[in-house]
Amino acid sequence: MSALTYSSTIGRLLLASCLLLASLPGIAAAADLPLAKLMGFDFKAKSAAITAIADSGSPRAATILGALLDGRLLMRKADSRMVIAATSEPKTAISDALDGSELGSEELVNLKKVVINNQLRLVLRGALARLGLANSDRDARLAAVEALAADDTPGTIAALEDALPKEQDAGVKRAMQVVLALAALGRPEETQRLAAVNIVSGSMLGEVRNRLAALLAKDAEGKPLEPSMDVRVAAARALRAIDERRAHYELVQTIFFGLSLGFVLVLAATGLAITFGVMGVINMAHGEMMMLGAYTTYVVQQAFPNHIEQSLFMAIPAAFLVAAAVGIVIERGIVRFLYGRPLETLLATFGVSLFLQQVVRSVFSPLNRAVATPQWMSGQLLLGDALALTWNRLYIIVFSALVFAALLALLRFTSLGLHVRAVAQNRAMARAMGVRAGWVDALTFGLGSGVAGLAGVALSQLTNVGPNLGQSYIIDSFMVVVFGGVGNLWGTLVAGLSLGIANKFLEPFAGAVLAKILVLVFIILFIQKWPRGLFPQRGRAAEA
Amino acid sequence: MKLSIRSLLTSMVAALVVSTTPVRAEDTIKVGVLHSLSGTMAISETTLKDTMLMLIDEQNKKGGLLGKKLEAVVVDPASNWPLFAEKARELLAKDKVAAVFGCWTSVSRKSVLPVFEELNGLLFYPVQYEGEESSKNVFYTGAAPNQQAIPAVDYLMNDLGVKRWVLAGTDYVYPRTTNKILEAYLKSKGVAEADIMINYTPFGHSDWQSIVSDIKKFGSAGKKTAVVSTINGDANVPFYKELGNQGVSAADIPVVAFSVGDEELSGIDTKPLVGHLAAWNYFMSIDDPANAAALKTWHTFIKNDKRTFNDPMEAHVIGFNMWVKAVEAAKSTDPAAVQKAIIGVETPNLTGGISKMLPNHHITKPVLIGEIQANGQFETVWKTEGLVPGDAWSDFLPDSKVIEADWTDKLNCGNYNTVTKKCSGQNYK
Repeated sequence: MSALTYSSTIGRLLLASCLLLASLPGIAAAADLPLAKLMGFDFKAKSAAITAIADSGSPRAATILGALLDGRLLMRKADSRMVIAATSEPKTAISDALDGSELGSEELVNLKKVVINNQLRLVLRGALARLGLANSDRDARLAAVEALAADDTPGTIAALEDALPKEQDAGVKRAMQVVLALAALGRPEETQRLAAVNIVSGSMLGEVRNRLAALLAKDAEGKPLEPSMDVRVAAARALRAIDERRAHYELVQTIFFGLSLGFVLVLAATGLAITFGVMGVINMAHGEMMMLGAYTTYVVQQAFPNHIEQSLFMAIPAAFLVAAAVGIVIERGIVRFLYGRPLETLLATFGVSLFLQQVVRSVFSPLNRAVATPQWMSGQLLLGDALALTWNRLYIIVFSALVFAALLALLRFTSLGLHVRAVAQNRAMARAMGVRAGWVDALTFGLGSGVAGLAGVALSQLTNVGPNLGQSYIIDSFMVVVFGGVGNLWGTLVAGLSLGIANKFLEPFAGAVLAKILVLVFIILFIQKWPRGLFPQRGRAAEA
Repeated sequence: MKLSIRSLLTSMVAALVVSTTPVRAEDTIKVGVLHSLSGTMAISETTLKDTMLMLIDEQNKKGGLLGKKLEAVVVDPASNWPLFAEKARELLAKDKVAAVFGCWTSVSRKSVLPVFEELNGLLFYPVQYEGEESSKNVFYTGAAPNQQAIPAVDYLMNDLGVKRWVLAGTDYVYPRTTNKILEAYLKSKGVAEADIMINYTPFGHSDWQSIVSDIKKFGSAGKKTAVVSTINGDANVPFYKELGNQGVSAADIPVVAFSVGDEELSGIDTKPLVGHLAAWNYFMSIDDPANAAALKTWHTFIKNDKRTFNDPMEAHVIGFNMWVKAVEAAKSTDPAAVQKAIIGVETPNLTGGISKMLPNHHITKPVLIGEIQANGQFETVWKTEGLVPGDAWSDFLPDSKVIEADWTDKLNCGNYNTVTKKCSGQNYK
């Protein structure tokens, strides 16, 4: 089977003409870089060209290869000149690939991109890592060394050995020593291997564990591949230490995963804890309030396409207001006529939820909408040498905790909160005291809906923004509120977090499907025994 | 329980809204279109309905079929599996359609199958599926596992040197069967049990943290690792996002998906997906005159030149053209005559080849591997030489290895056991 049968006549013609150009003698040193070979669809030739560029020693090599990896290396169709685009927007500033001179700006349609595939990406990363050893930035050098860990070709070893004495930073130096020691694990002399094992032990680099495990492997007859007992013992000890630390990190990571899932549940359920928990309205349209919040985020991003990084901060108040306004309209228009009739409320709000979904389908189409993730929410935070926590989850944990705290403060310290609690406890008495119960109801429902809108902003960063967004969270929300104890915000927090953590601890053993079922079964059993949840409301209010 | 109430309500509403108004005219040939226009599957299936309307429109412009005009009868089964069977019965018994083009999910196909067999109708099914079926009344114009999953795995194994495999899927019949076939196939190629990780998630799963972390750990064992994903529909988006956030790039652990197409990509931020792969029999970006012409017709018909054209839509184009040719050859729309005439019919597909209807009611197709680009389209990086014939019964499962399907007079059976020499009915097991 051929590696690639895709080809276009135009591509071939271009390639041929470019090769012709490149083979002309007497071009300056930088122009010797075989850039033209990067065009077309012959990926073997491309790979060779990348290696040639990397080994050329040209100061432009890292820039060119970096641009290629990012998909910013292009050919200007007009004159077949290779250029580097500043951004990947439709109209972008370009500069010459070979000498870096500015060439003004150009429409993307007039440029032809150099197509790369995954194998080339790997080749490119290796090449960039070798070039990166000379980078002035410490972190870039460290990343380059780590990227070279699995590469023990003589060229790489030589490059590392060259760079080691020049290295000033202790961390990078240590990483270089580890990578060099990894290569030394294959040496014939026992003492060298033993020394290498001692150097690599304690490093949490993924490759180290694999190579140590390989030292302990046995051949088909059960004889160890590594002849020396001392080396085996040292390797086994180092391996055990690594595995212990890994297990430790994994525990922390699972707790983090559980917390992050838990805080998403809490965020989704807090709004419901107000409408259902405090007001006693079974609000089936709660999920759709989250959906509205998520769509508001989308609309905000569409309205300010150049401010994606800040869009979430604009979306937060907007989503709150939109969802709260819709909530108030629902309360004034429908729910207020149905207080004390849970079945009718359930059906009516269920109808509202269908209505809202269809509105969204008609306005935005039934397809999911793309909500962009700001740069500061992508990627992960590295703690120590093997623990990585994703930024988006960290921010959502913080956001959820803040929303929860704000809500708690609002209910406890403001007059609105006082009125809400008064009406929830004894409507007739509160009215006798001069509280406008109807007005408080509307505001409370609006508040609960607004908080759901906030949850929607967070969910837009985690899941799909589509008409069905609400449906997938409504069951979980009810589960958390009922489990925590209706009418108790703290119960919602504890319930959400414990369900999240339980789910994540079960998942590795039981699988995602079974973990969910187990949690549900647990809740059913729990509600059988303690129908009022974890933290039941006490006193006369609870009986009403 | 809530969900069932919801689907009941939606289907009731839909049944009221979409009432077909068949024109009582004797000189038309009716073509049934059985795709969900509401409910969860509407996203995918509505475009297939539009494709059928376009094809029928085009055929009528060419003068119709057998001197008669074609007439589309569109019904809405509303993503509700039992309703599919009811609507199919309505199309066949009441509207007396000559052929039906429809269904997306395997469940819906299984639901209408008895109706088509009882009333002897014709169904053209355009979506890639898990195989293990060959009915006298169904023509499978989508890919069988050997036309999508197996070539994709071959590509990963031979061209990318993948040694460790994660088979991740949504928990329902298509991923489970496909993964069973793939697991057997990988083991037959000498992949050890310990180098295969199988994972299932519920529909619409959105919290991928621990699974991605597991995949990352599984992939750090020093051997090249790839994920073969039968994850359904939009659960893919949070999955790819999580991969991106945990720093797993397509160059480290490529994901090859069987259910992510141009249409799905049009609704998502493709930045974290660049370099990941998809295996299909058609990509919109294919550079072929037939494809360019089809895209032009589609964009004119739908009056929007941003709309995507995907693999199941191409399958409908092929299936419809095959049916037209078979009817012309048989000079009749009688199902029995068409069933005979259609085997061996050849028609150009949109990727530059000629697809042929095989005796097992599957067709020949090319297999393409595409890499997702930053603009949300697929760039073909690999293609099978020639077309791959669809195999109804997988050769890699012990039970179905000995089963053959052949609807010519030779066997006239969709489930023929070559060992016991018995035909266990035209049915699936």
